[in-house]
Amino acid sequence: MKHPFAVTLDSGSSLANLTGSWRTMRPVYVDRLPPCNHACPAGENIQAWLYHAESGDYESAWHVLTKDNPMPAVMGRVCYHPCEGACNRAQVDETVGINSVERFLGDEAIKRNWRFTPPEAESGKRVLVVGAGPSGLSAAYHLRRIGHGVAIHDAGPAAGGMMRFGIPKYRLPREVLDAEIKRILDLGVELKLNAKVDNILETMKAGRFNAAFLAVGAHIGKRSYIPAGSAAKVLDAVTLLRSMEGEDKPLLGRRVVVYGGGNTAIDAARTARRLGATEAIIVYRRTRDRMPAHDFEVEEALEEGIMMKWLSTIKRMDEGVLTVEKMQLDEKGFPQPTGEFETLEAESLVLALGQDVDLSLLDGVPGLQIKDGVVQIDANMMTGHTGIFAGGDMVPSERTVTVAVGHGKKAALHIDAWLCGAAHAPAEKHELASFDKLNSWYYADAPKTVRPMLEGVRRQNTFEEIQGGLDETNALYEARRCLSCGNCFECDNCYGVCPDNAVIKLGPGNRFRFNYDYCKGCALCATECPCGAIKMVPESI
Amino acid sequence: MTDPTATAAATQKLPFYQKGTFTVGNRLVSDGERSVQASIDRSNALTCGHRACQGCGEALGARYAMDAAMRATGGNLIAVNATGCLEVFTTPYPETSWQIPWLHSLFGNAAAVATGVAAAMRVKGRPEVRAIAQGGDGGTTDIGFGCLSGMFERNDDVLYICYDNEGYMNTGVQRSSATPPTARTATTPAIGPEPGNVFGTGKNLPKIAVAHGIPYVATATVADLHDLERKVMKAMGIHGARYIHIHVPCPLGWGSASHDTVRLARLAVESGLFPVFEAEYGIVTSSRKIRRPVPVAEYLKPQRRFAHLFKDAAGSQRLARLQAIADRNITEFKLLEPEEEAG
Repeated sequence: MKHPFAVTLDSGSSLANLTGSWRTMRPVYVDRLPPCNHACPAGENIQAWLYHAESGDYESAWHVLTKDNPMPAVMGRVCYHPCEGACNRAQVDETVGINSVERFLGDEAIKRNWRFTPPEAESGKRVLVVGAGPSGLSAAYHLRRIGHGVAIHDAGPAAGGMMRFGIPKYRLPREVLDAEIKRILDLGVELKLNAKVDNILETMKAGRFNAAFLAVGAHIGKRSYIPAGSAAKVLDAVTLLRSMEGEDKPLLGRRVVVYGGGNTAIDAARTARRLGATEAIIVYRRTRDRMPAHDFEVEEALEEGIMMKWLSTIKRMDEGVLTVEKMQLDEKGFPQPTGEFETLEAESLVLALGQDVDLSLLDGVPGLQIKDGVVQIDANMMTGHTGIFAGGDMVPSERTVTVAVGHGKKAALHIDAWLCGAAHAPAEKHELASFDKLNSWYYADAPKTVRPMLEGVRRQNTFEEIQGGLDETNALYEARRCLSCGNCFECDNCYGVCPDNAVIKLGPGNRFRFNYDYCKGCALCATECPCGAIKMVPESI
Repeated sequence: MTDPTATAAATQKLPFYQKGTFTVGNRLVSDGERSVQASIDRSNALTCGHRACQGCGEALGARYAMDAAMRATGGNLIAVNATGCLEVFTTPYPETSWQIPWLHSLFGNAAAVATGVAAAMRVKGRPEVRAIAQGGDGGTTDIGFGCLSGMFERNDDVLYICYDNEGYMNTGVQRSSATPPTARTATTPAIGPEPGNVFGTGKNLPKIAVAHGIPYVATATVADLHDLERKVMKAMGIHGARYIHIHVPCPLGWGSASHDTVRLARLAVESGLFPVFEAEYGIVTSSRKIRRPVPVAEYLKPQRRFAHLFKDAAGSQRLARLQAIADRNITEFKLLEPEEEAG
């Protein structure tokens, strides 16, 4: 080649110089586990569905969500959202309103009639689900989507279990519950109502079921012995809440005392208030901070005019009068009697002291283990009797709707594996994307959208839903507050900040790739990644 | 063709998006609203294989600025480079990392050569081809200062970009007139009663440029890409002499971790030590407000060249003098006052 004057070499590109050889540490893209997903008892992939919601693609978001949980509209109302308790955004400003976005997606799905994808092929196997509560419905849904035949038998007159007969309407409107149950049944799940299973083995044999999932819940209200005069009106909270679904509403009178400190006690007191009680008093033997009820529910109850009497036990009930003993906490935090008594006027007493499981269907089943009134299960959700699985409130657990839904999913996966003669191996959990893995500089400040609350005064005598929903604009805003912890959201930071142009952008949805020919391993990408999706690992030199 | 200044202004403010406002890109907005660096088609004016150190701020700043200028001019751009790191690490003969027409003459004459390039293009009847001169702080504040001041006072149609890493780095970290007080360099060792560079010396070139009354002067950092790109694009929309001073951390010369380059640039701004502002025709028109205020120590501590400030009581006193400089900047450039409404 002929060169100009004084030039002896061709000019070449620095691309010939592979600077990747300088590297001692190598960046790699990782997916870390977002704390919300980690905390979700139903195993939802929250970060993934928010990712779709952020771009306004609510239908995809809903489909990703319902892969794990078939009832987002119910969840968006009754879940105690442990996800939000774990949300990293709390350390920037406030947690992302995951629960409110979930509800928005659930409501959109009902409004727009989105359907589940039916199973691709039938397995030919049949599974009996006993109980149409949250865990039974969840198990039925997951088993059906895999392709198994599913029949649910429920003792009650309608499906829903505690979602219908335990959770008051003002928290969960029944048309929402009905719509989400119907969508599950539409997948081809058979539902038999008023069909109490008395003998599980016989029912399985008669229906030619290959496996069974028991989820009968805990519907028997615990009674504590309280001496009562013949005219005293004493009932339990479960009965009270269940009778709200019937034609005749219970008559409680103007002054109602609820005994207990859990969420059911709060529900009972708020229901009593709505039934016309001018005074609803919760009597609890310990203090507010030791109450098992969620604090926001206590707060809402107080706003509605519910009164609380701490450090008190009920000793006896006579017509219109309760005798209460004052308690004091010992150094271990247990309430001890003081011997001081007082009286409290009350026309009725509602006991909210916990619930027991009706285990009569299990009589005579060999291998079953029952301890403390609940059925024991192994790590695969199987009871001591091969082929019979159990979940929800009837097994040892924290008794919430979300935990029950999670049990249903987990049991379905294990039942499927068992039916196929294999063991279900859950996917390996990624490393947690804790706040120290994030670079919070890149997130703009944006406070949480507060859902509209009905005025406290209006709530006292109506069963109208108390919490409103988000509309499209603020749902989008809320979804976009997600930090996408541990998972690339294609912000282009790594692609931008690399001084060596060694990050290759693969286009929308395809994320990025490192060009290790030129990456010098400076770790600017990993440091400036907002969401902690890049990890530096030592090179083998 | 859309107005690059308006587009740049649009990418600057995306308050609706809770994330992406500060990140390089944002999948939720249209391509036109994203930064140049987010584009899959960016010029990569400074491409792979260059021999800059790991985490080089100057390599990053140069690609940010040149890619933005390439977009603003539709690729009609010639760059003239002063001697310095940027020239040495990109063009060890016969290799080049530049994917744009690029010229190097002497250490001190980049501004004059660029003036010549602009004149030549005018004479050739190709005024759409624009000239940029670029150099480090040595080639700008010391050795090329005369040529630069001449280019300013004649109002030649050149954008001069200074990548300020506060010293002569590729020759072994010697002091320049842009080296901050107390910084340790090879020529200002951290020994004696006044360790490091002394107080009361050096030049503030952005302010000197403002004093020339030229159409546009701005400062920027590699920590705020959107701001940097907007300023380069704005500058390319103006004819006459323009000057942009970009703060580029140097892991080698500053004794900082290579992964801290962007963080340090951010802390320089947030502490008030490096004010980011714009001036037109001799008057300061805007400044970038501090978002999360920090004491100067937070910026200085990760740099070994300031290690002696954190050793004894005398160090603390010098640290307080540096804080006073930052405080003065905060007052002078209104860095903590609320953002004025654009109008």
